[in-house]
Amino acid sequence: MTTRELGHNAAPRVSFFNDPVIRGIIYQVVVVAILVGFIFWIIGNTAANLAAQNKTTGFDFLWKTAGFDISFTLLPWSRGSYYWEAFLVGLINTLLVAFIGIIFATILGFTIGIARLSSNFIISSLATVYVELIRNIPLLLQLFFWYFAVLKAMPAVRNSIALPLDSFINQRGIFVPRPIPDDQFGFVWIGLALAIAAVVFLRQWAKKRLEATGQRFPVFLTSVVILLGVTGLLWFISGASVTFEPPVLERFNFKGGLALPPEFAALVFGLTIYTAAFIAETVRGGIQSVSRGQTEAAQSLGLKDNDRLRLVIVPQAMRVIVPPLTSQYLNLTKNSSLGAAIGYPELVNVFAGTSLNQTGRAIECIAITMLVYLCFSLITSAIMNWYNARVKLVER
Amino acid sequence: MTDIGFVRSNLVEPRPAPVRTSGAIAWAQKNLFSTPLDTVLTILGLLFLAWILPPLYGFFFGNAVEPNGTVEQCRLDNAGACWAYIAAEMEFFIYGFYDIPEQWRPNIVFALGAALLIPLLIPKAPFKRTNAVLFLLVYPIVTYFLLAGGVFGLKPIPTEKWGGLLVTLILSVVGITLSFPLGIILALGRQSKMPIIKTVCVGFIELVRAVPLITILFMASIMLPLFMPQGTTVDKFLRALVGVTLFTSAYMAEVVRGGLQAIPRGQYEAASALGLGYWKRMWFIILPQALKHVIPGIVNNFISLFKDTSLVYIVGMKDLLEAVKTKNDTALEWQSANTATTGYLFAAMVFWVFCFGMSRYSIYMERRLNTGYKR
Amino acid sequence: MQTKLVALAATAILGLTAVSAQAAILDDVKAKGYVQCGVTGGVPGFSAPDANNVWTGIEVDFCRAMAAAIFNDADAVRYTSLTSQERFTALSAGEIDVLSRTTTWTMSRDTQLGISFVGTMFYDGQGFMVRKADGIASALDLSGAAICIESGTTTELNAADYFAANNMEFNTVVFVDQDEVVKAYEDGRCDVYTTDSSALAAERSKFANPDDHIILPEIISKEPLGPVVRAGDTQWFNIARWTYFALLEAEELGVTSANVDEMLGSDNPAIKRLLGVEGDFGTPLGVTKDWAYQIIKLVGNYAETYDRNVGPSTPIGLERGLNALWKDGGIQYAPPIR
Repeated sequence: MTTRELGHNAAPRVSFFNDPVIRGIIYQVVVVAILVGFIFWIIGNTAANLAAQNKTTGFDFLWKTAGFDISFTLLPWSRGSYYWEAFLVGLINTLLVAFIGIIFATILGFTIGIARLSSNFIISSLATVYVELIRNIPLLLQLFFWYFAVLKAMPAVRNSIALPLDSFINQRGIFVPRPIPDDQFGFVWIGLALAIAAVVFLRQWAKKRLEATGQRFPVFLTSVVILLGVTGLLWFISGASVTFEPPVLERFNFKGGLALPPEFAALVFGLTIYTAAFIAETVRGGIQSVSRGQTEAAQSLGLKDNDRLRLVIVPQAMRVIVPPLTSQYLNLTKNSSLGAAIGYPELVNVFAGTSLNQTGRAIECIAITMLVYLCFSLITSAIMNWYNARVKLVER
Repeated sequence: MTDIGFVRSNLVEPRPAPVRTSGAIAWAQKNLFSTPLDTVLTILGLLFLAWILPPLYGFFFGNAVEPNGTVEQCRLDNAGACWAYIAAEMEFFIYGFYDIPEQWRPNIVFALGAALLIPLLIPKAPFKRTNAVLFLLVYPIVTYFLLAGGVFGLKPIPTEKWGGLLVTLILSVVGITLSFPLGIILALGRQSKMPIIKTVCVGFIELVRAVPLITILFMASIMLPLFMPQGTTVDKFLRALVGVTLFTSAYMAEVVRGGLQAIPRGQYEAASALGLGYWKRMWFIILPQALKHVIPGIVNNFISLFKDTSLVYIVGMKDLLEAVKTKNDTALEWQSANTATTGYLFAAMVFWVFCFGMSRYSIYMERRLNTGYKR
Repeated sequence: MQTKLVALAATAILGLTAVSAQAAILDDVKAKGYVQCGVTGGVPGFSAPDANNVWTGIEVDFCRAMAAAIFNDADAVRYTSLTSQERFTALSAGEIDVLSRTTTWTMSRDTQLGISFVGTMFYDGQGFMVRKADGIASALDLSGAAICIESGTTTELNAADYFAANNMEFNTVVFVDQDEVVKAYEDGRCDVYTTDSSALAAERSKFANPDDHIILPEIISKEPLGPVVRAGDTQWFNIARWTYFALLEAEELGVTSANVDEMLGSDNPAIKRLLGVEGDFGTPLGVTKDWAYQIIKLVGNYAETYDRNVGPSTPIGLERGLNALWKDGGIQYAPPIR
């Protein structure tokens, strides 16, 4: 009886204001009130300011002609293009620089990270010096340094360095011949797609067979043969051919071919160097986090060196490495906005810079730009959540 | 029965002395030439050093123009770094446009900052609490009135005149002291059980972390005037400060959250069982443990903030990098091939010294605080 | 103790935000004791810090002249360096009282941004600078050349228009910051650097070998550069406008900073009116009776500031040209003070 009474003891009387539930509600109401008030205040001010300045708002400017030039575009661009096209050009330029930067930074970062753990004193010291030097200097400063260093180091157009295969390098960028496939070339792409499908299928089959019978199949070699064989065969049968349009020196610069401007090169270079230093630290931490016992356990199971790395060490290290690695990728993408300072036409430069100035639509342009980065971030974290769920430690 | 098998009658041959594991040669064998691949890497590394070190030495020291040199020396064909330019413009790099007769004021600020900060960083120094209060609360206010003037007969000096290293340091010190508590509050808000507070905090953190600092500063410089009532102006310095602080606090919040999540539930429950209220629970039990876990992350954020101050040129502040750039461009009397490079290198060295110092200190603190866990 | 700290901290923060009354800008300026002047980040001759880190230039002189008229003290000016992107918001938000920053007077700016152009301090036009070694004689030869340009300016659109009108291939490299534009051109990234021809001359003067660069004869646009104030405050607008006119009038009447004290005794009624000896034109404007005397005494007349900052004897070396007085063949013309 007594125990029951104790168990069902009525909640101690607390004063109204000390009840955590009620307090919570009060706090939240206050926060909402402040927030809503603040937002209305800002909107009111903005409206008053815009009215006083006789400015209009809205996104109609996106369908007006831009009238300015963009130095590096992957999309067709002319003076008569619209502002939304300027937005797309900027977006694609940002994505391009981020994509290439991520590839290079990953390669360099993993190399340096592994080098830092090397037992070789000179190699590990060089890697340490690199990391400590690069990550303690602002990226903007490094970009200025690289950009103007690249410009100074390269020869003028007249004295371009000729590279093999009709390629040239000078202060205005790197110029390579542009491949122009003929109509038959579609078959080659079909062949490539077929070959890739075959390889994927082969890998799955080989894995199943390994698990069922323990017999190995030389997947890598076969894959190479299939890829080259099928694609080459279709190329041969279809009679497709590729012509090259080489860059030709004209009065001021090379025309034709594919050109990469030095702003792009400097930005990719700077972002790679900078981000690689951070990736290297991530990689080092990841590898060190796998305890030695894991290696020994794998050895005692009789796994080969190759399999031990592939099946035991790398998956465990990757679980530690991947989350910070993605945030580094995201950082690299965000940092590419500094390209504006060295004249690379990425999103911030083209849209939050030139377009904003020519239209005067500050709020719209900045909001769109921020939204784009927000989307990058949301997409990345969605992918990360999926990955984390996949590699989550299965505990019993 | 007497056959007891085998009795050894002679001594075992003495083994050869073990391979030396100390001394230069052994060290080299172990660390430089243990495998053929290792040897190749060592040789490649040495070749790289031989390729890069002499020109670097020549540029920085051998052919460099001494700080008391002249611009003619800097213009010679084989001249290295033009340190004379740095020495001549040092005043601008440190104080910006700050009135020259009033430069004792920033000097006092620097000295006072060092006098308060150094004892704070040395674990054994006494009066930590007073010291911290002085540094975190009193010092910023004293700094403001000392630099801005307008009181006690000090000549008023508007923030537009502040510049160079002064701005970089003030922005980072104030940014650090403000973003840290703000980050903690945001992190606690994110962990909160109150849905609205949680949503607001999560929204703020995720939004700020998603966008580049450059766009936030753009917002501060171009959009903020539209948001304020007509006739209200916000000083550029304050804008830069608020922009950088809000940006860092979002990152700080994520780091602190990591620390909070690492604290076992038992700690929360034990603290509640002691009858402590929410803030006491956090202040005395949870945060001291959580923050200890994430010191490297916190310091990394401080370092990022310090580096990020180089972006405040967007709101028109002349921080160290911008001051160097201005002089690279406008100091006509110092035009030479290496002037700009030397300027950038000088800025890089200053940034590096501060950032590297912070990272070393964090490693030191981490080791110190970790001792509790070692058995 | 704690309350005091909080109060002090609040003062510090408030010190950095200023709320000005919606009343007249002049009252505001008088109350704070200085003119807040928006300038460039550093264009020699127009507005740039000199070797002693003091702002100088023709645009700086205009702000100093306004301060002289209002406070009898040409140094009662504070400078805010602005990028071309933020200049108009800074002005319309009241961060600065007057924008004197190589700003081109265009219709859309005058009517759509809530600002008013005071006059044309400097008649300019967009030009092109190229390297002498390239052997270019005319802007019409520039098809396909790489052009360095600053973003957010009328320059960017003018150049695009010009190239399209002449059916030439247009190829730009756009930077946010003027410094980078010049540096990129200097380092050979571009064949051409284009901006207002006065600024071209100013930048050319900064090169190690100015003679290696030439400015092409074509001027492709009208760029009337002038000070700008917030729209809607007629009194402030008039002070700015008549400060500019007083500079011109002083030159026309031969009054300089050197002879202004002598001129006080002049018999010429126009000079008497200008210097406030006869009649009072200052008080209705909201300044003192001897406002123009103070401007001339402390800053000089238009010719003095022109010659001192951008004239032929300076490294920038610009002839007066269109900026000569109307009676000397130029188009600078001030209405009479009467």
